[in-house]
Amino acid sequence: MAEKAIDPLHQFEIVRLIPAKIGNLDVSFTNASLWMVIAIAAVTVFLVGGMRRQALVPGRWQSMAELSYEFIAGMIQDNVGSSGKKFFPFIFTLFMFILFGNMMGMVPYSFTFTSHIVVTFAMAFVVFIGVTIVGFAYHGAHFLSFFVPKGVPKVMLLLMVPIEVLSYLTRPVSLSIRLFANMMAGHTMLKVFAAFTVMLGIFGVAPLAINVALTGFEFLVAFLQAYVFTVLTCIYLNDAIHLH
Amino acid sequence: MPQLHFQDFPPQLVWLAITFVVLYVLMSKVALPKIGRVIDARAERITADLDRATKLKDEAAGVLAAYEKALADARAQAQAAIKAVSERMQKDAEAREAALAKKLAADTEAAEGRIKAARDQAMASLTQVATDITKAAAEKLIGQPINDQVATAAVAAAAKERA
Repeated sequence: MAEKAIDPLHQFEIVRLIPAKIGNLDVSFTNASLWMVIAIAAVTVFLVGGMRRQALVPGRWQSMAELSYEFIAGMIQDNVGSSGKKFFPFIFTLFMFILFGNMMGMVPYSFTFTSHIVVTFAMAFVVFIGVTIVGFAYHGAHFLSFFVPKGVPKVMLLLMVPIEVLSYLTRPVSLSIRLFANMMAGHTMLKVFAAFTVMLGIFGVAPLAINVALTGFEFLVAFLQAYVFTVLTCIYLNDAIHLH
Repeated sequence: MPQLHFQDFPPQLVWLAITFVVLYVLMSKVALPKIGRVIDARAERITADLDRATKLKDEAAGVLAAYEKALADARAQAQAAIKAVSERMQKDAEAREAALAKKLAADTEAAEGRIKAARDQAMASLTQVATDITKAAAEKLIGQPINDQVATAAVAAAAKERA
């Protein structure tokens, strides 16, 4: 039992709840799938339920639903401007999906699907491809001037252009690893201190106290990382629409 | 590290795609239009209310100005009416006073006339009475009547002496 308790990575194990295959593709309904479904159900209930009355003077629940709407609307307005409005549903979905994924992960015995690099990378990659398509759709080949910094001597461009291209290409990597690493590290740490608490008996009070603080901190990180992911998406979108 | 089990990638990606697309559809078709409608309706309502409040305020200011003007007019009118009435009353009073004085003077004059006549009459009858008394007294004193002429002369002489 002790051996199991100190395996802090056990919580990230993918468990196939309903194994399924289409051709060679494994489409099993896993614990990650379950929490994704729970997250989107919770988001939908939160928003649609909050708006069931559509009151002119909102109650607490409706205020929270409107707050999340206005939070993302404001973020897009600030970072992209009014031309970003048409991307609002996507950005909003992205934020709520990650936020609820992170927050649901704070429930004991749940599963944090945002702690898997493949999930975060898939989202970051979609953002990356989407932003690139938007860039070419708005500016055509002129979008490539994004990689040519202004006011730089011609000789330096030989060095600068590859750097710009590289930094552009690493965006999905940094975006996905930031979220994945934060979630994974936080949950691992919680698990480690929880294991200490069990192992130390009466002296477990110390790691327990740390865990209490860490839990609060993890809620902050859960929100903050959803925010960071979304705000960076907005900034990338702004680059694509307005160039430099 | 369970995150690097490549055989676990396909089911996660498949379900990520399914749930994300479902959530996107739910958000863009159901939740966001609902919230947007409410927020827009509220903003519209607030703007309309503010406009109406401004209009009402202007209206109230207009009404207040009209009221104040009406009040000032009424006050001026009342002042003028009071002035006219008091002037008329003063004139009336003066006229009445003059008439009264005139009447009083006439009355006084008439009364004086009457008094004078009464006194004259009284004086005349006094002379007569004195004459009669004188005659009666003289008759008693001397035992025989005296004639009227002597009595009248005696009374006239006495009246002259006393006057």
